[in-house]
Amino acid sequence: MTKAIEITLKVWRQKGPGHKGRLETYRADNISTDMSFLEMLDVVNEHLTLDGREPIAFDHDCREGICGQCGSVVNGRPHGPEQGTTLCQLHMRHFHNGDTLVIEPFRARAFKIVKDLAVDRSPLDKIIQAGGYVSVNTGGTPDANSIPIPAEIAEEAMDAAACIGCGACVAACPNASAMLFVSAKVSQLALLPQGRPEAAKRVLAMVRQMDACGFGNCSNERECEAECPKQISITHIARLNREFVKAGFGSSVF
Amino acid sequence: MSLDAKIPGGPLADKWDRHKFDLKLVNPANKRKFNIIVVGTGLAGGSAAASLAELGYDVKNFCIQDTPRRAHSIAAQGGINASKNYQNDGDSTWRLFYDTIKGGDFRAREGNVYRLAQVSGNIIDQCVAQGVPFAREYGGTLANRSFGGAQVSRTFYARGQTGQQLLLGAYSALSRQIAAGKVTMYPRREMLDVVVTGNRARGIVVRNLISGEIEKHAADAVVLCTGGYGNVFFLSTNAMASNVTAAYRAHKRGAFFANPCYTQIHPTCIPVHGTYQSKLTLMSESLRNDGRVWVPKKGGDTRPPSQIPESERSYYLEEKYPSFGNLVPRDVASRNAKEQCDAGRGVGDTQLAVYLDFADAIKRDGQEVIAKKYGNLFEMYEKIVADNPYEMPMMIYPAVHYTMGGLWVDYNLMSNLDGLFVLGEANFSDHGANRLGASALMQGLADGYFVLPYTIGGYLSQVTPGEVTADNAAFDETAAQAKARINRLLSVGGKRTVDDFHRELGLIMWDYCGMARNDAGLEKAIGLIQELRGEFWENVTVPGSPGDFNQSLERAGRVADFLEFAELMVKDALHRKESCGGHFNEAYQTEENEARRDDENFCYVAAWEHTGTDNEPALHKETLEFENVKLSQRSYK
Repeated sequence: MTKAIEITLKVWRQKGPGHKGRLETYRADNISTDMSFLEMLDVVNEHLTLDGREPIAFDHDCREGICGQCGSVVNGRPHGPEQGTTLCQLHMRHFHNGDTLVIEPFRARAFKIVKDLAVDRSPLDKIIQAGGYVSVNTGGTPDANSIPIPAEIAEEAMDAAACIGCGACVAACPNASAMLFVSAKVSQLALLPQGRPEAAKRVLAMVRQMDACGFGNCSNERECEAECPKQISITHIARLNREFVKAGFGSSVF
Repeated sequence: MSLDAKIPGGPLADKWDRHKFDLKLVNPANKRKFNIIVVGTGLAGGSAAASLAELGYDVKNFCIQDTPRRAHSIAAQGGINASKNYQNDGDSTWRLFYDTIKGGDFRAREGNVYRLAQVSGNIIDQCVAQGVPFAREYGGTLANRSFGGAQVSRTFYARGQTGQQLLLGAYSALSRQIAAGKVTMYPRREMLDVVVTGNRARGIVVRNLISGEIEKHAADAVVLCTGGYGNVFFLSTNAMASNVTAAYRAHKRGAFFANPCYTQIHPTCIPVHGTYQSKLTLMSESLRNDGRVWVPKKGGDTRPPSQIPESERSYYLEEKYPSFGNLVPRDVASRNAKEQCDAGRGVGDTQLAVYLDFADAIKRDGQEVIAKKYGNLFEMYEKIVADNPYEMPMMIYPAVHYTMGGLWVDYNLMSNLDGLFVLGEANFSDHGANRLGASALMQGLADGYFVLPYTIGGYLSQVTPGEVTADNAAFDETAAQAKARINRLLSVGGKRTVDDFHRELGLIMWDYCGMARNDAGLEKAIGLIQELRGEFWENVTVPGSPGDFNQSLERAGRVADFLEFAELMVKDALHRKESCGGHFNEAYQTEENEARRDDENFCYVAAWEHTGTDNEPALHKETLEFENVKLSQRSYK
């Protein structure tokens, strides 16, 4: 049943990294429960613009839960209250008339603020650059069917590969660790035969890069798994830990 | 005189191999002297940047988002075609070529399309080698499924997230080159213009979206991989940032824009649910492998679907097209959906929807099997619509999805401006007037991994590296023009927001230049667009300043370009007095309401030249020669 509701927003506003930020209050009325959360913010921004005030800056792109660009903390939960749902997929039917929504950016030492709700997640790119790939140039690769991969392994690798790189795991973790993100890529490539030649080097380099970027350590809080919009499992962290130990003992490289 | 696409001579199957030998090479030790700019990091841009860097070129790669992994290729769902014939069902390079040419309604270049089919298998090999987790059969070999417009099972997929996995494969290859120092990555940059001197592309001017600074970047070649212009309709399946700016600005600097009226409307998308709607969500074509499309036979039937018996349902695609059934090409499926809704048989609150029903498939295969194939798509549907597609049919309606038109390029993927290459959806070349499903991913990666690395060498071997640097006066002039435009946008100080103008433009385009067009409507649209554009420059309000992160300013620039581009698109539609693929003019249809081509007068690519603001664009025709394929009325019966 579509309804129109009235809600109060407390939104983090911050002009830039060198400025102080604060929560500002806005009223949003006549919000259709069929609207998505970001469409609600669009409506708020239209009113701010027409009032001659600066609209709220927030990152977004695909608005269908796959690109990983959107993401804010809503009432203390990265991407809001629904499980397995990105902020752009969250719809207003999950809120009630009179609700107050506190909307803040993902907070982590490694994610510097850009403006308002937008943050700099380039450290996640740096981690991938440290080894989240298979070193193969374009061309000259063997036929795609030459190495059979058991269907269950392919499914497990796909589960890990579904990570969208949004950083909600970092925002949810009390230590602001990026372990779930790192483990998703390490796990995907550790499971596949194509990833085995560099598996040891990869896990050591990516974890080292995660540390260098200022992310915290993993102490098995499991908040990341609870908040991940793609429901990436912490069994991938367990696999990363096994790979890490194997690499430390068995590798001649590091 | 016909525009020369530089298609090599000789038998079709040998053209590309012979051409690769004829193209001059750049000595390995000399490659590092060449700077190449790649704009865009989707399948085309990411694969191109990575491959060129691997070869030894010095590459600069730009993207609008915060990281290269956000490009909208990531949202592609259903799969990627390749003529591997793993299924032993009759596929071959020739068949993939033929299906694509026919699917494009005989308005694409034979040479380009054959090459696409030829390299399609290499793409799958490359992706598997990168660790892309394609779906597998129990024995460990790759799985396939069927897609529209084909009677073989040639589509490789990774659940309903194939685009994501292919893009992340290209992104990982790109990341490796960034780490190696071979690619300098510039995220959060928007290309505002290309710098051209003497008919040659010399570099680009970009805006740093965080600081607002206008940056000048020079190069020996510029490669545009900036995607499609579907957002001219405001509502489309594109991402919010997708825009026509880079391509359109190159067009204003001299690059011809080809067939802009060939737009693809995808038949299965989640219907519009309100005026605040910001985009439309795609439900992959792969669903039509198992879903059955139907409407109630009687118009205005508001019974819940489970209460409508089989005898009162019209499975109209299966009835009208027995051979292809639900897997007819997109333009055919979309027009049929519109026809059913126009006749009053639409369902849902708006009555602008048809059913896509999985009940039979679930009964036949079990819910678990269906969930494994389409799980994430069903979840996506439920989140948005709050209905469970395992229990009741999905409601779907056509939506703007892809654009076959784009900057004109020759067989080497170079535009008519020297040194300006265009890849992926941003170019016009391979899909004719209608793209088949699972072929966009194929084209983007073919262009970036297996075509450009050869053809760009052919060009660069003829030029001296580093001839023009960013100090050149042309860069200052182009940057100054970009700054002036930004200041103008910020100073209008009107009363309507950018999105409000964008929404109105979208409605004009959807109503008059959408699934079914007519001369009167197109002429009216030109006037409406001109009026809206005039009002924009007098009444838009863009808050904030140019010197920081200003998303309203970003959107204003993109919409200003859409307001000009839309007119070119409508004029192209008006001039093409025939129907073909995604361009359907009501005056030209067969008795069975299918598109009726006029091969005698319109078998050409319409490449438009910008001749100045307020001047009519000049038409250059590239005549299409079909030596290997017999032109026929497209039938999927």
